[in-house]
Amino acid sequence: MREAAYNFAYLDEETKRMIRRAILKGVAVPGYQVPFASREMPMPYGWGTGGVQVTAACLVPEDCLKVIDQGADDTTNAVSIRKFFQRTAGVEVTERTAEATLIQTRHRIPEAPLSEGQILVYQVPIPEPLRFLEPSETETRKMHALQEYGVMHVKLYEDIARNGEIATSYAYPVKVEGRYVMDPSPIPKFDNPKLHRSSALQLFGAGREQRIYALPPYSAAVSLDFDDFPFAASKAPHDCDLCGAAESYLDEVIIDDAGGRMFVCSDADFCRTRREAGHAGQLAAGEAA
Amino acid sequence: MMGKLETMTAAVDAPLLAVDGLTKMYGARVGCTDVSFNLWPGEVLGIVGESGSGKSTLLSCLAGHLAADAGRVVFATRDGPRDLRALSEPDRRRLGRTDLAYVHQNPRDGLRMGVSAGGNVGERLMAVGARHYGSIRDAALDWLGRVEIDEGRIDDRPSAFSGGMQQRLQIARSLVMAPRLVFMDEPTGGLDVSVQARLLDLLRGLVREMGLSAVIVTHDLAVVRLLADRLMVMKGGQVVEQGLTDQVLDDPQHAYTQLLVSSVLQV
Repeated sequence: MREAAYNFAYLDEETKRMIRRAILKGVAVPGYQVPFASREMPMPYGWGTGGVQVTAACLVPEDCLKVIDQGADDTTNAVSIRKFFQRTAGVEVTERTAEATLIQTRHRIPEAPLSEGQILVYQVPIPEPLRFLEPSETETRKMHALQEYGVMHVKLYEDIARNGEIATSYAYPVKVEGRYVMDPSPIPKFDNPKLHRSSALQLFGAGREQRIYALPPYSAAVSLDFDDFPFAASKAPHDCDLCGAAESYLDEVIIDDAGGRMFVCSDADFCRTRREAGHAGQLAAGEAA
Repeated sequence: MMGKLETMTAAVDAPLLAVDGLTKMYGARVGCTDVSFNLWPGEVLGIVGESGSGKSTLLSCLAGHLAADAGRVVFATRDGPRDLRALSEPDRRRLGRTDLAYVHQNPRDGLRMGVSAGGNVGERLMAVGARHYGSIRDAALDWLGRVEIDEGRIDDRPSAFSGGMQQRLQIARSLVMAPRLVFMDEPTGGLDVSVQARLLDLLRGLVREMGLSAVIVTHDLAVVRLLADRLMVMKGGQVVEQGLTDQVLDDPQHAYTQLLVSSVLQV
């Protein structure tokens, strides 16, 4: 159903070539932020312009695309990006993680394990993990080049000193293949272990900041921590109220004005798949009735 | 016995820092010119002179913050003598985190103002690979104690500290790695006299206790009288007189030094 007025996947072929070169460089140097000439996209910065460009450069007509925003397929950002590629690339789309060959995501990694051949594209607002500690770009590049990462631990130290534990709960820095420290985009730290040695190719695109970086399949991504305060992937201490899953990342939903709340899987596809398989949570019956 | 004695004298025979013909020009203007001196292990060298005499330029060149135009700055690293000017940037930065330390005149230049006192002191430890929160914190507490900052202030940010406390915190942050050479640029500048006195007392204690070697730039003769073993007097970018501190201050030879010494107000 592609509109003929557009080149396949919106971007012209020369631009895609430039982006693919940046992606290849990123794959060759895992965790390294490769500058690229980010284009103006027909959506505002902060809505995934980096991710969209990476997706456009990777898409082929045989691809099956899934777009996630905060774990769900039906939120504004996901719907508009999915429609965009339906219109400009005419590719098949899906909401099922296992069926997709390319998944663009914002703020989550799917609960279902990814497999070889799948590509996961992240939308990244601020690619530089050192940014809030060191404002100068020339200095942060130098720090990456010389592996001067002590200041990342100063941030974690401050967390423990103020809160008694590492309170950083999203965009939790990881060290890739023992070399570059990388910002995994604002995914909850619950998802950090899924970055590590994933079977899928993981690509990160930051449109406004004009950076692309990558985690090739099976590369190591180790969350930074202290010996006496080890990294812990945290989530709300509940089961999903709809599907009963105990190991998935949960959203807290306020359901009335009297303090009532429920916890549901943030990954909508994971939750639906479980319910279809007959699992039920505490409030599932109430929903059905 | 002889052999042991010889190796000991050999160790002391090598200067920690040997500066030869160091020159820095700002275009046609002179920053400092043809400065040469040796600093021996455990020695404190004072550099005095009026504003614009080139003493801060000299210190910045020594510490590698400014690129000098000519001369050699040979530092006895743990792997033998190296010309700091010829070191690669990674090596120089590594040295700057371990063996060298720099105390700025304004503590805000040397501290991370948004990070707690403990984080400030612990940063260098984490930069060289300390990964145990408890031991980093213990080291920070120990150093806060040594610079007479109350342990209860460890989680406060430097912005909540007084000027004197900020300066003491900066000193703790610089000395936590037990550097072999410390550069200090007007460490007591901008502090009132009673706070100055306390800071000087503290510095003198640390210098003696740790056997620190230091180069201290100041315009305050009282500071060098208390801290420095040797003194260099600078004027117009040149060293006009150098010698033992008491000798230079009590029996100044150069006209400018005489003027400097006689300008101090006696209360």
